[in-house]
Amino acid sequence: MPKNQNHKAVRYNKWGYLFLIPFVVVYLIFQFVPLVSTIYNSFFENYRSGLMQIGPRFVGFDNYVKLFQGGDIWVYLKNTMIMWIMGFVPQILVSLLLGAWFSNPSLRLKGKRFFKTVIYLPNLIMASAFAMLFFTLFSDGGPINAMLLHAGILKSAYSFFSHVWSTRTLVALLNFLMWFGNTTILLMAGMMGIDASLYEAAEVDGATATQIFFRITLPLLRPILIYVMITSLIGGIQMFDVPQILTNGTGDPMRSTMTLIMFLNKHLYSKNFGMGGALSVCLFIITGVLSLIVFRFNKTKD
Amino acid sequence: MNNKKMKKGMSMKGQRTLAYIVLVLLSFLCLFWFYVLFINATRSNGALKRGFTAIPGNFLITNWKNLLAGTLPVWHGMFNSIIVAASSAVLCTYFSTMTAYALHAYDFKGRKFMFTFILAVMMIPTQVTALGFIQLLGKMHLDDSFIPLIVPSIAAPVTFFYMKQYMESNLPLELVEAARIDGSGEFRTFNTISLPLMKPAIAVQAIFTFVQSWNNYFIPALVLHTDKKKTLPILIAQLRSADFLKFDMGQVYVMIAFSIFPVIIVYILLSKFIVEGVSAGAVKG
Repeated sequence: MPKNQNHKAVRYNKWGYLFLIPFVVVYLIFQFVPLVSTIYNSFFENYRSGLMQIGPRFVGFDNYVKLFQGGDIWVYLKNTMIMWIMGFVPQILVSLLLGAWFSNPSLRLKGKRFFKTVIYLPNLIMASAFAMLFFTLFSDGGPINAMLLHAGILKSAYSFFSHVWSTRTLVALLNFLMWFGNTTILLMAGMMGIDASLYEAAEVDGATATQIFFRITLPLLRPILIYVMITSLIGGIQMFDVPQILTNGTGDPMRSTMTLIMFLNKHLYSKNFGMGGALSVCLFIITGVLSLIVFRFNKTKD
Repeated sequence: MNNKKMKKGMSMKGQRTLAYIVLVLLSFLCLFWFYVLFINATRSNGALKRGFTAIPGNFLITNWKNLLAGTLPVWHGMFNSIIVAASSAVLCTYFSTMTAYALHAYDFKGRKFMFTFILAVMMIPTQVTALGFIQLLGKMHLDDSFIPLIVPSIAAPVTFFYMKQYMESNLPLELVEAARIDGSGEFRTFNTISLPLMKPAIAVQAIFTFVQSWNNYFIPALVLHTDKKKTLPILIAQLRSADFLKFDMGQVYVMIAFSIFPVIIVYILLSKFIVEGVSAGAVKG
């Protein structure tokens, strides 16, 4: 009898494969095949020069050599990292603070739901529309300049988009606004998971709120902090919509806000598949290594 | 002792006040832009050029009519965005639930490998495969079509992962077993018994997939070329590259509002649901 049941279970279990078919087929066609052909393309010279089509011709690692010797990639990597850090540092600090306040029952904050709703809102806004909004609001004749002039803070309109650091700051500000609510909710969930008796014991021992935060909350939160940081870094490397719309794809002033994906986008539009492929493979390797860290960390958590 | 307690109570009160001040400032920082957007969408180009006022004007309808009369295919954009986002949400949630169910309810060879594999590819961004993707579409004659924007959402590792986590605590296998004894086929059991139990998770993920697809700019901009097929983010980008100073700013604001406010309204209606969904995902993931 048990043997029979086992046999039955095996018969049912074949359905597992059937239910997997849609995922596997779609994944293979739309993600795996493109990945392989992207890598394949990176070894070929293949671009348009005016009306002439050059290649495709196998060139080995020439595209990679050209990519790294050209120097542009380092500039764009630096831009991407600078704008990511400028958005991420305030984001993690504010999120830690808000998370600590939200998850502290003795603080008895009112309107938590309202505040959580409001700070999460920008995350759902279309990044391109949000960037376009910022472009109009901060333009030379836009309302922000008008307000600053009216308040007497500025004497003449400030051209936000012709200065390197103001443009970068606006990109970082948008990224900060879009992501700090999400990070707050993640960190808060982590803080709620910390055993309350630890806090009680610390309070009995006379620890101050600051001591509790740095000695108990922060160390116990470390795994989630690492997770947040790496997923944010992966997201940062993909930074595209905001600087693309804000600068109309130019990455100006003087290509100081041009990100890696904007660079890739340029190659894709000009149909330079060789260089685009090499750049894609580099980005793939970077994100692959970073995901591996998250992956390993997730495994140890279980 | 009493003194110490007082002091502690005071500092708690001080902390609370500080918390409120910071929260109000941050909320202001989050909402301010949308307030200005709303005000400016209701004012005429001439009024906008004269500076900012805190009171809305009465040009909203006029701006809107001017926008529709212009060259941007706004209604098409809205319609296309809705079609793509809604279809993606439906396909993504249905098939991600199915994939999660395959790994949850059945014990087959390679199940563990499949789970590890999906987790491993979860973080690969679509941008790095975009080149091959575009070439493939050319070969499949799917360029300038909605299919490559909708169908790939069937294989969504993040949604799969959420569904799998949700199933582990909310879909007892005894129910599946009981349905089997009653003679229900496996596919029917999935559709009539398992799927309804997943409704809360499906709702949360449907919202997220919808919003993500609605906001997506990178891939649609590479795929869609015909004006009438373009989605809203592409139209926004076109608005940006148009010679904007000659443009009627009232129309620009109305166009931005048109792509932002539907999401805000849906969010206000479903906010409780969405914020809880994010928290739930955070706890489990």
